[in-house]
Amino acid sequence: MNEKALNSGTPAALRFKDTQIEMAHGAGGKASRRLVEGLFAPLLLDAPADRLTDAAHFEVGGANIAFTTDSFVVHPLRFPGGSIGELAVNGTVNDLAVSGARARTMVVTFILEEGLSTATLEAEVRAMSTALQRAGVIMVGGDTKVVERGKADGMYITTAGIGSPIPGVHIDAQTVRPGDKVLLSGPIGDHGITILLARNELDLEADLCSDTRSVLPLIEAIAAETASAIRWMRDPTRGGVATSLNELARDCGLAVELNEEEIPMRDAVRGACELLGLDPLHIANEGQFLAVVSPEYADIALNALQQTEGGEEARIIGQIREQPANAVVVNTRYGGTRIVDMLVGDPLPRIC
Amino acid sequence: MQYVDEFRDPELIMKASEEIRRLADPSRHYRIMEVCGGHTHAIYRFGLKDILPENIELIHGPGCPVCVLPMGRIDDGLVIARQPDTIFAAFGDMMRVPGAHGSPLEHKARGADVRIVYSPADALEMARKNPDKQVMFFAIGFETTAPSTALTLMSAMKQDIRNFSVFCNHVTIVPAIRAILDSPDMRLDGFIGPGHVSTVIGCRPYEWIAKAEGKPVVTSGFEPLDLLQSIVMLLKQLESGEAKVENQYKRVVPWEGNHAALKVMAEVFELRPYFEWRGLGFISQSALRIRDKYAVWDAERRYTVPETRVTDPKSAQCGEVLKGVLKPAQCKLFGKECTPEHPIGALMVSSEGSCAAYYNYEYRKALVTSISAVA
Repeated sequence: MNEKALNSGTPAALRFKDTQIEMAHGAGGKASRRLVEGLFAPLLLDAPADRLTDAAHFEVGGANIAFTTDSFVVHPLRFPGGSIGELAVNGTVNDLAVSGARARTMVVTFILEEGLSTATLEAEVRAMSTALQRAGVIMVGGDTKVVERGKADGMYITTAGIGSPIPGVHIDAQTVRPGDKVLLSGPIGDHGITILLARNELDLEADLCSDTRSVLPLIEAIAAETASAIRWMRDPTRGGVATSLNELARDCGLAVELNEEEIPMRDAVRGACELLGLDPLHIANEGQFLAVVSPEYADIALNALQQTEGGEEARIIGQIREQPANAVVVNTRYGGTRIVDMLVGDPLPRIC
Repeated sequence: MQYVDEFRDPELIMKASEEIRRLADPSRHYRIMEVCGGHTHAIYRFGLKDILPENIELIHGPGCPVCVLPMGRIDDGLVIARQPDTIFAAFGDMMRVPGAHGSPLEHKARGADVRIVYSPADALEMARKNPDKQVMFFAIGFETTAPSTALTLMSAMKQDIRNFSVFCNHVTIVPAIRAILDSPDMRLDGFIGPGHVSTVIGCRPYEWIAKAEGKPVVTSGFEPLDLLQSIVMLLKQLESGEAKVENQYKRVVPWEGNHAALKVMAEVFELRPYFEWRGLGFISQSALRIRDKYAVWDAERRYTVPETRVTDPKSAQCGEVLKGVLKPAQCKLFGKECTPEHPIGALMVSSEGSCAAYYNYEYRKALVTSISAVA
């Protein structure tokens, strides 16, 4: 980081030119990235924006640790397959996991809306407790704030977590090479479409659950077989697989090529996306991860995933190429190709 | 997935693509317009251009309702959105479309109550549940969505819900096709006819295109195989020197259209004498307005709207692109000042707009080709 910029307090010119914050800045796509790279990173972060990962790795008193935080503002609070409390634990566990670390301890902040029923709160705290036990993580502290009625959607939860590096795993987009394989842990779009349907704004019903879970066991399964083959990982949450892979393409300056027919997806997700004009590659996931692995170990990594509970549907969905640089290209089933960009704004359904 | 997978079967698609290559006369250049934005989107999304021979050029037509809406109409709608205790409801398609003073989403960030609905009936329900608010539905679309707006207005009258109104921007497809055919710089060989619109109006309204203009029309579905089959049907007509209207989308489109839908439209709407289309200018009898009987629910009569007219930036060549005279990337602003994230013209906003479809699915592919060509 440019020290002059830090010390002077007002660095020359910020690249973030948007005049106000809109929902798109929180949607995980292009606008979010612009905000982080153009405003937060230059003023606050001790790292160039293109080296940002899901969790920071650094040394404290001789010990290597990973550190991250995540906030949860989901509506509705409970949905098929999970709830905000469970998400809040799994989200931070997963951010640490895809950075190559095992979550150890966590702190939590609750922002509660006046009038929230204790039963609702208790249910979420119980959901968190179960998720913590499942992930083997200890909660060591927290904070509570209550805001006036109407100022929050029931409750918001922020968690921050510390993890210890998984031996042998080093995540760095700069190490990605042409020919590397792209692995995906399971079917995409379950979480995003479940939430969309759970809001009951659409008269659509589908037999679908959020995929929220800890992906750590799956990552540890690969690491146990071939830790050094993993070059890059990410959990494709907001903005979906397309946004995560576009970030990778830009960070490594290469192309990510996907084979459409290899991308696992449930019929209910495909159907809902067809109906609403959404691209499943832009839909959020809460229990999947993407990994780039060196080609000679790709089958070993895939096998390790598929042999682990919850990883049966993992696939190699594509590979890294030199061109078109900084882009994600999809080979369609019909011998054609298309470019897939990052999500722009929130995914908006197309009707007319 | 039933009704979808059979129209995406790679083997059948390869067969259709081979048939197109067999039928297309290599000494000829074919210019075929797909009228509907849904077709434009599908062509890019499925990468169909890559499997068509080079002498078949697809020209993107005006059938994207968001794209042809003049900016002034959006500004007028947003004037209403800024009234106190007013909910502005619209389809997701509209939310990022820029007006002169920002898009509906930007108005939302500034405090306007802007909401996405999936159907006009949802907006009416919103009015019923919020009796202390005014709910204004910003209606857009061709004959595809007009019947549901009509039904909603009939329902508002029946239930006597007075805090609901409709800002009507519904347009009709046939006058737009006529305007394109009348354009002197336009040279087309045939049309892939709109699919969804035709479920309502049927195929008969296109017969003049074949009879008077001598251009074949094939009404098409939206799956890859639908589009390729439609191109096969067009090529067969062109090779035999015929010009007629054919229906490829028989599983959905009845030749005579949907009488019930046409009836409710006639009950609620009448033709405007003229209406401005973005890029195409004023076209007579090309849009719908709400009949006097439903005047109480007509937002244009309930509110004083400024009737804003905004000319597009001179450098933006939306009109030429909309008419198919220019390819998206030939516009001076394309990919520079005008991108999906910062759209200047509406063609860059809607994923059915040819500029956004081209930018999202094709643009960087083209860049790579030109780079490797230079190398």
